[in-house]
Amino acid sequence: MSSEVLLTVLIVLPFLSSLVAGSLPANARNAEVWLAGAVALIGLAITMSFYPDVTGGDVVRYEIPWLPSAGLNLVIRMDGFAWIFSMLITGIGFLVVLYARYYMSPKDPVPRFFAFFLAFMGAMLGVVTSGNIIQLVVFWELTSVTSFLLIGYWYHNANARDGARMALTVTAIGGLALLVAMLLVGHVIGSYDLDAVLASGDTLREHTLYTTILVLMLLGAFTKSAQFPFQFWLPRAMAAPTPVSAYLHSATMVKAGVFLLVRFWPVMAGTEEWFWIVSSAGLITLVMGAYAAIFQQDLKGLLAYSTISHLGLITTLLGMGTPLAAVAAIFHIVNHATFKASLFMAAGIIDHESGTRDLRRLSGLFKYMPFTGTLAIIASAAMAGVPLLNGFISKEMFFTETAIRNPNMFANLALPIGAIIAGIFSVAYALRFVCGVFFGPPPTDLEKVPHEPPSLMRIPIEVLVLICLIVGIIPGIAIGPYLATAVVAVLGQDTPHYSLSIWHGFNLPLLMSIGALVGGVILYIMLRPYLALGVEGPPLMRRLVGQRIFERILVTISWKWAKSLERWAGTRRLQPQLFLLVLICVVTAWFALRPGFGPVKLQLSGWDPGFVILWLVGIFCAIAAAHQAKYHRLASLVLMSGAGLVTCMTFVWFSAPDLAVTQLLVEIVTTVLILLGLRWLPKRFQKGDADHIALPTKLRRYRDIVLGVFAGGGVAALSYAIMTRTAVPDGISRFFLERAYTEGGGTNVINVMLVDFRGFDTFGEIAVLGIVAITVFALLRRFRPAAESVEKPEQQRIQNAYDNLRPNRQSGDTVNEYLMIPSVIMQWMFPVIIVLSAYIFLRGHDLPGGGFAAGITMSIGFILQYMAGGTRWVEDRLRILPVKWIGTGLLIALATGLGAWAFGYPFLTMAFQYAELPIIGKVPMAAALFFDLGVFVLVVGATVLILIALAHQSVRSPKAARSSVLPTHAVEPPPPPTLETSTVEAPGGAS
Amino acid sequence: METIFSLLVALFFTGGIYLMLSRHLIRILLGVVLFSNAVNLLIFTNGRLTHAVPPIISPDLMTPAGPVANPLPQALILTAIVISFSFFSFLLVVAYRAYQDLGTDDTEEMRVAEPANEAPPPMGY
Repeated sequence: MSSEVLLTVLIVLPFLSSLVAGSLPANARNAEVWLAGAVALIGLAITMSFYPDVTGGDVVRYEIPWLPSAGLNLVIRMDGFAWIFSMLITGIGFLVVLYARYYMSPKDPVPRFFAFFLAFMGAMLGVVTSGNIIQLVVFWELTSVTSFLLIGYWYHNANARDGARMALTVTAIGGLALLVAMLLVGHVIGSYDLDAVLASGDTLREHTLYTTILVLMLLGAFTKSAQFPFQFWLPRAMAAPTPVSAYLHSATMVKAGVFLLVRFWPVMAGTEEWFWIVSSAGLITLVMGAYAAIFQQDLKGLLAYSTISHLGLITTLLGMGTPLAAVAAIFHIVNHATFKASLFMAAGIIDHESGTRDLRRLSGLFKYMPFTGTLAIIASAAMAGVPLLNGFISKEMFFTETAIRNPNMFANLALPIGAIIAGIFSVAYALRFVCGVFFGPPPTDLEKVPHEPPSLMRIPIEVLVLICLIVGIIPGIAIGPYLATAVVAVLGQDTPHYSLSIWHGFNLPLLMSIGALVGGVILYIMLRPYLALGVEGPPLMRRLVGQRIFERILVTISWKWAKSLERWAGTRRLQPQLFLLVLICVVTAWFALRPGFGPVKLQLSGWDPGFVILWLVGIFCAIAAAHQAKYHRLASLVLMSGAGLVTCMTFVWFSAPDLAVTQLLVEIVTTVLILLGLRWLPKRFQKGDADHIALPTKLRRYRDIVLGVFAGGGVAALSYAIMTRTAVPDGISRFFLERAYTEGGGTNVINVMLVDFRGFDTFGEIAVLGIVAITVFALLRRFRPAAESVEKPEQQRIQNAYDNLRPNRQSGDTVNEYLMIPSVIMQWMFPVIIVLSAYIFLRGHDLPGGGFAAGITMSIGFILQYMAGGTRWVEDRLRILPVKWIGTGLLIALATGLGAWAFGYPFLTMAFQYAELPIIGKVPMAAALFFDLGVFVLVVGATVLILIALAHQSVRSPKAARSSVLPTHAVEPPPPPTLETSTVEAPGGAS
Repeated sequence: METIFSLLVALFFTGGIYLMLSRHLIRILLGVVLFSNAVNLLIFTNGRLTHAVPPIISPDLMTPAGPVANPLPQALILTAIVISFSFFSFLLVVAYRAYQDLGTDDTEEMRVAEPANEAPPPMGY
């Protein structure tokens, strides 16, 4: 297979299999492990196969153009450094999968675990093989998100949730800073390509933006790698399952930060700023982390702080800026990954087999688990830097670098002293780990008797510890060539001569190593009485907890400030918000449009008296409706309809027949809807006269009026200004007018626009209508109105009481008689309305009408039957399945659109032709007609569904009321076939 | 002609906004109806007021003979009418359900998500 395919597989496979893993059944533990293990092994094999291509500083690149104009291409780039990281990610990934098989309990939902795990692996591989720096940030953020999901895997646990959230907050903020840094780098260099960036180090270092870029980039790296002052999230992340910790905090997540530092070391390092910021942050982290690690009571907490400290060591090395230090940093990255992963796994086994990770309760476990104990002791020794183990070599390289005579006072004093102190501390905490857990008296308060884990669970540790030993004993053969590959990829021609042998003769670094070992042992012995007290947290630093500061800040920003902001401009009250919205609109429009207005000369001639009267009526309706809305809802509704009719007539007069038809029909349906709704909404009664209204309320209403008048005035000015200016002659409407018939095949330009030119728009619109209808249906389906609104309207109660008093009458007879003539007419109108609807539909393409108007007409036909006969009467005779109508309509419209594909045209391209039908005559057979049919069917379904859903409330209400509110109804005979619970009672209820 | 038409649009707006700023759901609903009519009329003015020339092509012609009304605002308004109808019915049902579940139609008193005196969260974890 070509390298392009292999590189793509390396990145894409983990993500794809993450989807597969997530969709496997919850009990498919073994399938999950096989899948994840296979993916990790395939990744490992692919990475290995690239080894010959990346040695000696060679690079394999695969570029997929995406947005070449913006310099954004997908570049998968494998060089020696990415290679060694990929080896760690896939290799340790495989071991962690194997370990997780035994660690995760059958009760844990493993599909989720492995899905996140694989996605994280993919993101991590993406980070190390990104050849485009923006792409790198994208994968970087993906690691933040996936690690958040992994840390919060046991989300029923508050610690896990908090830890995950803190990790995400800190690392994602860093990622944001990194994105800005990368954008700035792209700005300075003119390319986002990593190779281009690596080739222009001098440009970058000499640029004025260098410091800004450096700080932002370091923010990204330090948050990710838990460097001071962002170290606090890492111990919190220990709430994750141990396999996650073993993976995230040894080989991957936290190494992404130092990866970034190494990746950009050739272009960013070597300046004063770099030296001071990076090495001091690294040194503080190194010493502080090691110090805090000694005093942890949680096994994983100890390892977490030790991880922080080791990352500090790597950062310090990188901060020094010398090529030899960079070599040591890369070497220590690899070494730390191996021994720390094995230690986390050992801690997990101890936790798993003894039921606790608390160092105060653990003791003398060596007797129970000698194999695990031996492995853990070797790994701890590697961590402490004991000779013949890999940790020793890289640590000695570190001592060598710090011991170099340097003209800089800080480097001359602080670095070696800090290094040796941290060395002493690390020996002490390694001893604490080993002696505390495995030696001493047998444990007393464990829940279960500890024992060895299944042998397969130990295999990952055995492999890792073996690597520690081999690298420690024969470093030149075991790791030399691979390390050289990685180092050359980073340093290129600056690669220094370095020796990986374990014996360099008696020199200062060796003395430092011995000093650290001896000092560590002494320190541990001295601290034993204090540690035996079992006090939580390190002395001196106990009060200065980073996470507490972080939480304070978080609470202040996200709660206190948010609260004040909300109080000021909050959503808790709709009115102030709407008021502000309108106010802002008015003010903005004033400032934006003011310059466009000249002196206004009102045009007062040429009035058509008929229309002046019509509009005056409209104005009256609007004002009166607003005035009456408080206590006289029905009057207000009638006035509102008046305003709607004025709008409708305006459309007729000014050449918009389609709008007029639609407006009229929608006005009818809306009115019916409001009537149905008003039946169930509370009525307000005027108490006394208007003077009783409280003054603040009054003031508020005046304020609203003033704002409304201003808004209206602005709109008046706007519309007047538009209307008195001549239109642009060549606006886009010409396009539609000229092509409606020649290309759309219809003479009604509006309809052709809706179903043809803007067909996609209409498709979306009917989809919205369908969604709304189904939402309304879902909101009301199983819902009964509350008891207090169930009471029948007063008029109807009086009428029913009258009926009940007479033996020859039944309850409801009077209502029936009242509505006899209208209801007969309504029933007879049904076929007529259907024919009318068909007529409106068919003429739509050429004359005013169309699917929407026809659909509303048809639904009015249905709702008239409901009004005439009552809900039960209609539903005994007529089965309307509105939901199916909606689905069918949408499918017809969609099929018409897809049909265009069959002829090789884009979606919703409409063909047209005229067909001669018997009796009816010439009918336009445009594909648009089928589309319009879809619109028609959907509109019928949606409108009827909404109306019926509301109307059904009246059928349900008597049931709810029967037992409590109106006992007389209990003896009421079953409703007569007609007119009993008609929806007409709704307006009665509102009047 | 234009003057009084702008006045009509203006007062539709005024009435709609006034009602929408009310605290009670029913008035807000009625305000939305009036407001959407106002907006439609405002969009309509973009096509200018043209009398008796609907954008319909005579049967024997390929393109409209003389000047006709601007079809673009009309098509937009047609979509707007449909969308505001569906939006309105949704609003109506939500208002109805809100009233039934919360027992009030006063938006000031609808405080399920944000009670008036909410206790602060813990300052640490």
